[in-house]
Amino acid sequence: MCQVGEDYGDPAPEGPPPPRPGLRSREPKCVKCKEGVPVVVIRAGDAFCRDCFRAFYVHKFRAVLGKNRLIFPGEKVLLAWSGGPSSSSMVWQVLEGLSRDSAKRLRFVPGVIYVDEGAACGQSPEDRAKTVAEMKLILQTLGFPWHIVALEEVFGLSPSVLRCSAQEPVGAVGTYKVAVDSFLQQQHTLGTERAGGSPSPTQGEERLSPPGTQESQDPAGPPPAAQTEALSRLFGSVKTLTAKEEFLHTLRTHLILHVARTHGYSKVMTGDSCTRLAIKLMTSLALGRGAFLAWDTGFSDERHGDVVVVRPMRDHTLKEVAFYNRLFAVPSVFTPAIDTKAPEKASVHRLMEGFLLRLQAQFPSTVSTVYRTSEKLVKAPRDGCAAGPRCLLYSATAFGAQTSGFSQTQPPTPRAGAGAPTEVGGAQDRCQGAGPCGSSVPAGRTPEPASSSSYAMAAVRT
Amino acid sequence: MTLWAPPLPLVATGSGREGRKFKGISCELGFLNMAAPLSVEVEFGGGAELLFDGIKKHQVTLPGQEEPWDIRNLLVWIKKNLLKERPELFIQGDSVRPGILVLVNDADWELLGELDYQLQDQDNILFISTLHGG
Repeated sequence: MCQVGEDYGDPAPEGPPPPRPGLRSREPKCVKCKEGVPVVVIRAGDAFCRDCFRAFYVHKFRAVLGKNRLIFPGEKVLLAWSGGPSSSSMVWQVLEGLSRDSAKRLRFVPGVIYVDEGAACGQSPEDRAKTVAEMKLILQTLGFPWHIVALEEVFGLSPSVLRCSAQEPVGAVGTYKVAVDSFLQQQHTLGTERAGGSPSPTQGEERLSPPGTQESQDPAGPPPAAQTEALSRLFGSVKTLTAKEEFLHTLRTHLILHVARTHGYSKVMTGDSCTRLAIKLMTSLALGRGAFLAWDTGFSDERHGDVVVVRPMRDHTLKEVAFYNRLFAVPSVFTPAIDTKAPEKASVHRLMEGFLLRLQAQFPSTVSTVYRTSEKLVKAPRDGCAAGPRCLLYSATAFGAQTSGFSQTQPPTPRAGAGAPTEVGGAQDRCQGAGPCGSSVPAGRTPEPASSSSYAMAAVRT
Repeated sequence: MTLWAPPLPLVATGSGREGRKFKGISCELGFLNMAAPLSVEVEFGGGAELLFDGIKKHQVTLPGQEEPWDIRNLLVWIKKNLLKERPELFIQGDSVRPGILVLVNDADWELLGELDYQLQDQDNILFISTLHGG
């Protein structure tokens, strides 16, 4: 595997890397319409003009949603907005998508949530108040119901966060089509019913959930100082930046899911871009989360039962997002995060980010290769709902519980042994070869950590 | 426009132009091989402004110098004059750190030659950081 800066015997040429094909030729025309002046280079050498780039970007967003067919018409979807470029772009796309003519209009009902993480990042109360005020300004222009929650509210979460409610099986394509057709018919009849008044296309949606009456959740004031203090102490007690980042991510996810559940949202959309997901994939491998890669980096994450996390921006690279935001004036707010101005080696995340981006500069297909690999990860089917204890941090069946899949002949015992997310048959065969698990796993045996590699092997089918 | 006397001996008739690389702006009286002072706007976004005292837009006047101004020289100038802290978070080697996008007049710098693009007067150069936490 190539390494940046590695010497292969003869000295590597100093100075800028050799020109990549197509870039230095500086084609004066857009590759798509052959007419416009190109403004941005996507991938390796495809120059797009402004309008073609916009069409390309929007099309990708719609295609990802359309291809996966998970969001049903009329569904309530919570958009997780951090203020950063990717999530702002996502919110903007949803805004634009909802306002199109009826044939191509997006058909779900959005809400927006912003989590104020100032306490974890060590921001002063004045700075936090200023940031929240800025966010509020933007949120109010959107027209969706919005929620601003402080991270301190995570102390008030009930254990119901971990409850695995009955999972509805992911509908087949037929179900989706049926749902869309019936929704369209409903719209049509509504339109003809309102003979007198102006049958605007949004009337149908307003019947489902009038945005005016939905309360936008505004924090009454800054959270109690005791909670802020407790949160700062909590983060202060975490020794490494890597652990802090992971912890923050987990808490934020729990909080967003909680808000989604209490307000009746069935889907959550996060703005993870292609580049971020590639970095996340490599970081998760380094941190030992290989078993959950398919859920962590895939389009949908159904581990939480009734609320499904969806990632519509996963086809867009950060470069495309940044260009789009600049060219089409998408409002976004930069807030200092927990790792702002951290040096390169401060955490595994930063290190991986630096590595991937440096590699990308020399080999422009790096990020897309990692992304394509992540697409091939298969989520192993679950054997019903986990009866065993669930891990608080990862919202998945406790690590010790995953071995029951190997002991196919044993009945699922009430010990931590139910609900194996791994492929049952194949893994068992594989496990018999590996040392630590032994040839058969009796019920009372707890797994060694070395068995995690077999889970990753079972999960990755390339 | 002032005429700068070139450092090498010059034949009075102006034929010293031969054999010398022609750079910069010429006027009817002769030629210049020094770049005139340039006025450009340098912008930072995506968190990069944190390294520049939080100021996003800087209107700068680059002094006249021997070689024409290109992005490479501009980066050196920025490092010396504008960058307040942590240069390694912005510049790596003689280019920007991977993850920082450069736009010249709202166009990708890859289309313009990256570091070798020669600056024009009133250009707008924007640096957007796509890195986590600026």
